[in-house]
Amino acid sequence: MSGIGISTRVNGVAWSGEVEPRLLLSDFLRSVVGLTGTHVGCEHGVCGACTVQLDGEPVRACLMFAVQIDGHEVTTVEGLAATTPGAEISVEQLHPVQQALHEAHGLQCGFCTPGILMTAEAFLRENPAPSREEIREAVSGHLCRCTGYHNIVEGVALAAERLAAGGRAADGKDEP
Amino acid sequence: MKPPPFDYVAAATLDEVLEALADTSLEARPLAGGQSLVPMLNFRLAAPERLVDLNGIDELSRIEETEDGGLLLGAMTRHSALECDPRIARRAPLLAEAAPFIAHPQIRSRGTVGGSVAHADPAAELPAVLLTLGARVRIARRSRNGESGSRVERTLDLGDFFLGPFFSALEPDELLTAIDVPPSAPGEGTAFDEVARRRGDYALAGVAARVRLDSRGVCDGAAISLVNGGSTPCLMKEAAQTLVGEKPTPEAIEAAAAACAETSEPAADMHASEAYRRHLIRVLTARVVSHAADRART
Repeated sequence: MSGIGISTRVNGVAWSGEVEPRLLLSDFLRSVVGLTGTHVGCEHGVCGACTVQLDGEPVRACLMFAVQIDGHEVTTVEGLAATTPGAEISVEQLHPVQQALHEAHGLQCGFCTPGILMTAEAFLRENPAPSREEIREAVSGHLCRCTGYHNIVEGVALAAERLAAGGRAADGKDEP
Repeated sequence: MKPPPFDYVAAATLDEVLEALADTSLEARPLAGGQSLVPMLNFRLAAPERLVDLNGIDELSRIEETEDGGLLLGAMTRHSALECDPRIARRAPLLAEAAPFIAHPQIRSRGTVGGSVAHADPAAELPAVLLTLGARVRIARRSRNGESGSRVERTLDLGDFFLGPFFSALEPDELLTAIDVPPSAPGEGTAFDEVARRRGDYALAGVAARVRLDSRGVCDGAAISLVNGGSTPCLMKEAAQTLVGEKPTPEAIEAAAAACAETSEPAADMHASEAYRRHLIRVLTARVVSHAADRART
């Protein structure tokens, strides 16, 4: 099966090349681009682990093909934190949503966390002051086998407070 | 859990889609939001030879408030648009009310109205909601041998569209292009509700209702449809008819709900027994019809 040429941006970095049509976006990100932060769980759109943002909107990367992101921009969990490219430890500052989930013990094994972060970041942009109920609705498309969800909800609520208090803008583009 | 190989066509216009579907020597499937089709590919429950991607075609995602007071929804209207677009809330509030029940936000970012209808899943919300609203579907294909013109279009009542579980009146070379939602009449109210084990799961059962009251508060039109109430998305005509000519008293609503439960044909599966689904249909119908009648009064 011959490849199809695409041009895309992943976390702000341009990528051009050929992909096989049946290559899932999740596998493209992990195996071709080398960004293994996007986790692959159920591969049929139920678990939410592979959630990334397509042009800023959360989507299941296992339910899209890499060919479909031609001309679009994808953001993965690697795109959240402020980083220094090339440094040994490149992460300088976690994104407020990452920091809040960490502090609220919103993760244990961390398998579901990248997907939850990508949903939460987009959700807080749309709804900067959510109720606990709205947060539960927003993260309902993510399965977590460790935390019992309570601390995930608390983490997202803490992130909302921090962002409202002037934390780094959620799109990651403004510096403090 | 990887899809089988397929030939991929990124169509830029409706004509390109119809052209790609017209070659029926290949088994081709349109790719809309992909939220049902891609899982089927990943599980290898489906193995089409060609996917025709509709995501690049602007005319398929148009939403228009029509002159008659109705609504035209392009097939690629996303579920998230049903939820948020003010035109939907104005012209067909039932769609906006039901949209948050469809799966999860990440699915609603991609999933489409046309895809949901064409998939003909008896467990899906939109087919039932659109049946209640009396929607029609617009279908197009390229002219076959000997037909004049380049394109053949037809429209169909949604009630004639669903032929069986995951089986619709669409021919292999046809594309569902848009859905027409008729205007709501004065004195009309609508409502939707469902019961699911977990938020965002497929509903065990769901009910959509539309009730119209005249100036005396007597029902002069009603429609009720069920999610997971039979082998297809189904309109419960007999049950709705029991309301017509009556005031929507608790007794009249309870009678319609009982008729609805009795004439429904829910399946039993690992999630719920047939008897439990019937029970849910009765309770939900009473709740939803009552709510719709309240809205019709105001």
